[in-house]
Amino acid sequence: MHELEIAQEIVAIVNDHAAGARVTRVLIEVGKLAAVLPESLRFCFEVCVEGTSIEGARLDILESPGLARCRGCGAEVVLDQPAGLCACGGADLELLSGRQLQLKEIEVI
Amino acid sequence: MCATCGCSDNSRPRLTDLETGLAVPLDEPAEPPRAEHLRHEHGQDRPRVGTTISIETAVLAKNDRLADLNRGWLARRAILALNLVSSPGSGKTTLLERTIRDLAGALPMSVIEGDQETLHDAERIRAAGCRVVQINTGAGCHLDAAMLGRALEQLNPAARSVVLVENVGNLVCPALFDLGERAKVVIVSTAEGDDKPLKYPHMFRAGTIVILNKIDLLPYVPFDEAKFDRHVRAVNPSLRVVRVSATRGDGLSEWYDWLRAAAADVDATVARADL
Ligand SMILES: Nc1nc2c(ncn2[C@@H]2O[C@H](COP(=O)(O)OP(=O)(O)OP(=O)(O)O)[C@@H](O)[C@H]2O)c(=O)[nH]1
Ligand SMILES: [Mg+2]
Ligand SMILES: [Zn+2]
Repeated sequence: MHELEIAQEIVAIVNDHAAGARVTRVLIEVGKLAAVLPESLRFCFEVCVEGTSIEGARLDILESPGLARCRGCGAEVVLDQPAGLCACGGADLELLSGRQLQLKEIEVI
Repeated sequence: MCATCGCSDNSRPRLTDLETGLAVPLDEPAEPPRAEHLRHEHGQDRPRVGTTISIETAVLAKNDRLADLNRGWLARRAILALNLVSSPGSGKTTLLERTIRDLAGALPMSVIEGDQETLHDAERIRAAGCRVVQINTGAGCHLDAAMLGRALEQLNPAARSVVLVENVGNLVCPALFDLGERAKVVIVSTAEGDDKPLKYPHMFRAGTIVILNKIDLLPYVPFDEAKFDRHVRAVNPSLRVVRVSATRGDGLSEWYDWLRAAAADVDATVARADL
């Protein structure tokens, strides 16, 4: 649902930086814990770029893993949801990374 | 206006002040052109052919920046702002009506209502005797920091008061959009099932307190309280759960205690900063 707004935000930032040049590629990083569905974002992006200088650009999505530290035993835990269990059984996890929603680079011609 | 349901056929966001009945569109004013933008227009450092331009910007940076402005605005006035989030129909407006009636006089409060359409909830809040403005998001499924900023300006809440923000009924999108609030209050009702925390972990992760509402329905709905507590702990061990019935009144004093303590905490922070 919010992917549409996120796609609009991406298009606005890309337009700002491209300054009228034709955009051929957009690279964004989406963390596993960002609450953004890559497939849904891709769909919304296609809709948003229609008729703009970004139309036809390739959207590359770099999916980064979710990572947490168990406050019980200190181990690192890989997550694909913002909650989970450590191998020690602990559920008290400190999220370390995976919430990125970052526009990294664009390619223009 | 649509004759069938009274909704506006306008899908753009708007803000209505219930005191005056006046509605204004909430479309963002055009941002002033940025410096680099102007330079490009003079054709000087227009990107070269086939160039990769590094950007490295958070996609929601603009919302986060506006949320920080709201946070500063609220802090300077020692105002406690709470963002109430839930699925549609969990009882947010009912809880607000009851809170307004029970704490009238004891705690100065005002309300910002968020719904896609209608002024229904704001009218209920006004009938309860509280100053309120309504944001209609139109097609939007959540409030954002720009909307809240405009609503705060219109509401003009008193210093050292509490602003309760009822977000659009939706347990997904509001989790991503910081408004500049002090805390998110997650409301779930027993009729929705005890597995809500597992289904919507982002929101339960983002919340500071969960209100489990409609406990008067426990005898009639399949809701396992122990299981619910377990699921909450699995998603966010620091989340506090308060059980209430907004209609019958059970458990409300615990919610009021939390609310008063949070307001006192904001006051104390500002008093310290004043020294
Ligand atoms: N049995 C029972 N019903 C309740 C309780 N609290 C609210 N309700 C009912 O639940 C329905 C929805 O309540 P609202 O307060 O409108 O819910 P809401 O979360 O504001 O709904 P939206 O703004 O549409 O998302 C109404 O019919 C209320 O009377 C409760 O504690 N017990
Ligand atoms: Mg409501
Ligand atoms: Zn562990």
